[in-house]
Amino acid sequence: MTSRSRARSLAPLLAAGLVIAASSTGSPARAAPGDSLAVRGATVHTAAGPPIEDGVVVVLDGKIHAVGPASEVEIPEGIKTVSAAVVTPGLIDAHTVVGLTGHLNQDHDQDQLERSAPIQPELRAIDAYDARERLVRWVRGFGVTTVHTGHAPGLLVSGQTLIAKTRGDTVDDAVIVPRAMLAVTLGEGALSRDEDDGPPGTRSKAVAMLRSELIRARDYRDRSDERGEPRDRDLRLEVLAAALDGEIPLMVTVHRHNDILAALRIRDEFGVRMVLDGASEAYLVTGEISRSGVPVIVHPTMKRAVGEAENLSMETAARLADAGVPLALSSGYESYVPKTRVLLFEAAIAAAYGLGAERALGAATVDAARLLGIDDRVGTLEVGKDGDLALFDGDPFEYTSHCVGTIIEGQQVSRGER
Amino acid sequence: MKIAMLLAAALVLSTIAPPVGAASDAFVGARLIPIDGEEIADGVLVVENGRILAVGDATSVSIPDGARLHEVRGRVIMPGLVDTHSHIGGPSGGDRSAPIQPEVRVLDAIDVRSAGLQRAQAGGITTVNVMPGSGHLMSGQTIYLKLRDGDTIDELAILDDEGRPRGGMKMANGTNSRRDPPFPGTRAKSAALVRQAFVSALEYRDARAREREDGTQGTDRDLGKEALLEVLDGTRVVHHHTHRHDDILTVLRLKEEFGFRVVLHHVSDAWKVADRIAAADVPCSIILVDSPGGKLEARDIAFENGAALERSGVLVGFHTDDWITDSRLFLRMAALAVRAGMTRRGALHALTMAGARMLDLEDRVGSLAAGKDADFVLLSGDPFSVYTKVLETWVEGRKVFDRREEKDRLWAVGGYGAGDPRTTELGCLDEGESR
Repeated sequence: MTSRSRARSLAPLLAAGLVIAASSTGSPARAAPGDSLAVRGATVHTAAGPPIEDGVVVVLDGKIHAVGPASEVEIPEGIKTVSAAVVTPGLIDAHTVVGLTGHLNQDHDQDQLERSAPIQPELRAIDAYDARERLVRWVRGFGVTTVHTGHAPGLLVSGQTLIAKTRGDTVDDAVIVPRAMLAVTLGEGALSRDEDDGPPGTRSKAVAMLRSELIRARDYRDRSDERGEPRDRDLRLEVLAAALDGEIPLMVTVHRHNDILAALRIRDEFGVRMVLDGASEAYLVTGEISRSGVPVIVHPTMKRAVGEAENLSMETAARLADAGVPLALSSGYESYVPKTRVLLFEAAIAAAYGLGAERALGAATVDAARLLGIDDRVGTLEVGKDGDLALFDGDPFEYTSHCVGTIIEGQQVSRGER
Repeated sequence: MKIAMLLAAALVLSTIAPPVGAASDAFVGARLIPIDGEEIADGVLVVENGRILAVGDATSVSIPDGARLHEVRGRVIMPGLVDTHSHIGGPSGGDRSAPIQPEVRVLDAIDVRSAGLQRAQAGGITTVNVMPGSGHLMSGQTIYLKLRDGDTIDELAILDDEGRPRGGMKMANGTNSRRDPPFPGTRAKSAALVRQAFVSALEYRDARAREREDGTQGTDRDLGKEALLEVLDGTRVVHHHTHRHDDILTVLRLKEEFGFRVVLHHVSDAWKVADRIAAADVPCSIILVDSPGGKLEARDIAFENGAALERSGVLVGFHTDDWITDSRLFLRMAALAVRAGMTRRGALHALTMAGARMLDLEDRVGSLAAGKDADFVLLSGDPFSVYTKVLETWVEGRKVFDRREEKDRLWAVGGYGAGDPRTTELGCLDEGESR
C-alpha cells in the first residue's frame, strides 16, 4: 500500500525463499525467486489494451517477460507452455474474508470478528490468516490470484486487512501487503446486537465514538511528536495515527445513502484516505461520491437484498462506473451458506447487468489493483508485472465456461476444470 | 359432497379464469423448449382460457382467428420454472415448543404481498413449494403455490379435487434440528423421535377405526396425527432436508420402514451415495451454492451433484431455498449444474418437469403441452447464458411479470424500493412516492 509496507512485505518473501531452498520436503512450493512458463491463448485479455488474438505471455522467474501475438513473441527454448482459449490477468478480489472465516463455520475456524470491544484497530490480519484454508484454494480455482482479506464488517472498527496471493502454506508465503486497510463499519452493521453488548446502539453514537477515537489518536500522535517518542506505546492509537497520516486507508463498509454521507463527513473532517465498501445505495449519491474522489468496492453483485442492503441493485457497479467513480468488485463477507462468494461469478453478473464484459474484467483486475495500491505488481499482463494469469475454455463470465488453470508468478497453482 | 366440490371448483374458476370473452394469445417465432419433446426452432405457442391450446412449429400450428399475436422471434420460450423449496413470503412453521409439529400449516403464515414473490416471478418461477424452516424434525405442512398476481393466500394456492390447498410435509435431520430439549441432541435420538411419532399416528388411526366400528368414542381428534396419516397414506409427500451421507441413508431407512413418499432436499453428499438413492427410487431436489461449507454438514457439497445423480438415474430437480439463493437467478443454478457435467436436457428438465413430478403436479405444469396450464417464461436468449434475461413470466395465461414495466424491472434488477412489499392504492405512505 505505502512504500513502508511494501518494503516490509519483501522480508517474508525472502524468508520464504530461504525456507523452501533449505527444505527437501514440503508442498509443490514455488522455487525461489519465481517460476518460468509460457501461456498461449486464442484470446489474451491484457487489461492494458485491446485483446490479442493468438497471444503469448512469457513468464520468467515469476515476472512477465514478454506479451504479444504468437507471431511476434518468441518462447524461450525448453520452457513449459500451457494453452487455453481465453487468458486474462489473475483476478483480484478487492474485498473478501477468506483465510479468516473458515469453511466449516464453527467457532474454532471463525476469526473475522472479535466482539469484545467495538473498536480494535490493533488486530492484525496476519495473525489470523490461514493460508491453507480450503476456501482460499476454492476461490483460486476460479482464477483469483490476489485477495484483499482480513477482519470482517460487523463492528465499528473490527481490525486490519492484508493483501495476499492465493498461494503458499504460510501467511509469509502468501502476503504481499501485511497491513492494507482498517476495516470500519457504519450503519446498522456497526450497532450492537443487543443491549448487553454496550454501545454503539445508534448511528449517531457510532459516528461519535469513531470521531472521539480518531481525535484521541491525533492527540497521541501530536504528543509523540513533541517528545520525540510516545510516553507509553498504545497499539490501538498507533494504528489510528497511521490512518490519520494517510499510511493506511479506512475501508468503510456502509450501505444506506445517509450512512455513505456520514462516512464522507469523517473523511472530510480528518483528511483520512478512504475506500467505501458495499455501498448498496451508492446510486442515490453518485454525485457526492464522485466529487469526493473516494473509490468504491461494490458489494457482491448477488449479495442478498435484505436488511439495510434491501435496496441494492445488480446494476450498482454499472451506475458508478458510468458516473466515473473508480471501483472494484468483491466477493464480500458471508456469515452463512455459501461461506464465500466467488469473484468470477459476481463479476459475471455485474457484466450482464450493465457493466459489460470489458469493464467487468477491468474491475476484477487492473481497477482493483489500482484501488488496492498494488498496480505496480499485478492487475495487467504487461512486461515487468507478476506472472499471475487465469485460463478459461471460453468467455470467462459464461456460466458454462470453465476456469482451466490459475498461475501465480509463473507457477500453475490450480489446474483441471472448474 | 359432490355439490360442495362443484361449488369449490366454481369458486376456483371465478378467481383464476381469464375475463370472459378474452381472446387467445399466440406467441410466434420463438425457439420453444417444450421439455417433453425436441426443441422447436421456429415455434408457435397458443394459449387460451389459462391453458395451452397448441404447441408446435410454424407449419403445424394454426393460429385461431382473433388471437392476440406476440411476435417473439429470436426469443426463447420454456415452461414456467418449478421451485421445489422456497421461503418467499416470510413463512414460519413450528415454534420452539416441540421438535415435531405436523399440525402446523405454513399457509397460515405467508405474506403474499412481500417483494419475495415478485422477485420469484421476475426469475421465471411460476410454481413454488413454500416451506417452513429446517430447525425441527418436522416443522409443518408446506404449501404449493402458483405465482398468480393475487393479494391473498387463497388466490395463490393450488387446490386438490376437494378444494383443499395442496402441500407436503417438511422434515429435517442432521444438525439444524439438534437443540436443547425437548429437541433431540443426537442423530439417533432424532430418528427415534420420528419413529415414535409415526408409530403413534398408526396407533391413533387404528384406535379411531375401532371406535368408529364399535360406535364408541374415547380418542380425541389430533390434528398432528391426522397430518402424519396423510403422510403415511401417500397423499402428503415428505420434503426432507438432509445433507450428510449417513443422514441421507437414515431418511431412506425410515421411508422403508413406514412407506411414506419422500423427496430429498439439498442432499449435499448426494454424490457419495447416488447409487443408494437410485436404488430406493427417491427423487432429489438439489441446491448448488457458490462455495462449499458455511455449515459443517455441507462441507462436501459439490457442483457435480446434478451430474452424479443424473448418471445414477435419479429424478433430479432444483430449488432456490430463497433466501439462500436468489429466486431471480434460478436459471443460473441449472447452468452451474451443466458447468459441472449435467446434460443440458437434464438440467432443463430439472428446472421444470422434475419439480412438477415432485409436487404431484405433472399433469398441470412442467412442460409445454396442449391442455396444460399456460405457465411459461419468455427469455431473451439461451436459458444457460449469464447474459440472458427473463423478459416475461406468464401464469395460467396471464402475464405476471414484464421486464419492460418499470416496477417489474425494479424487482428484477433491484434499486430503491425494491424491498418494499407490493403497495396498495390507498396506502398513505405511497402517495406521490417516486423513486
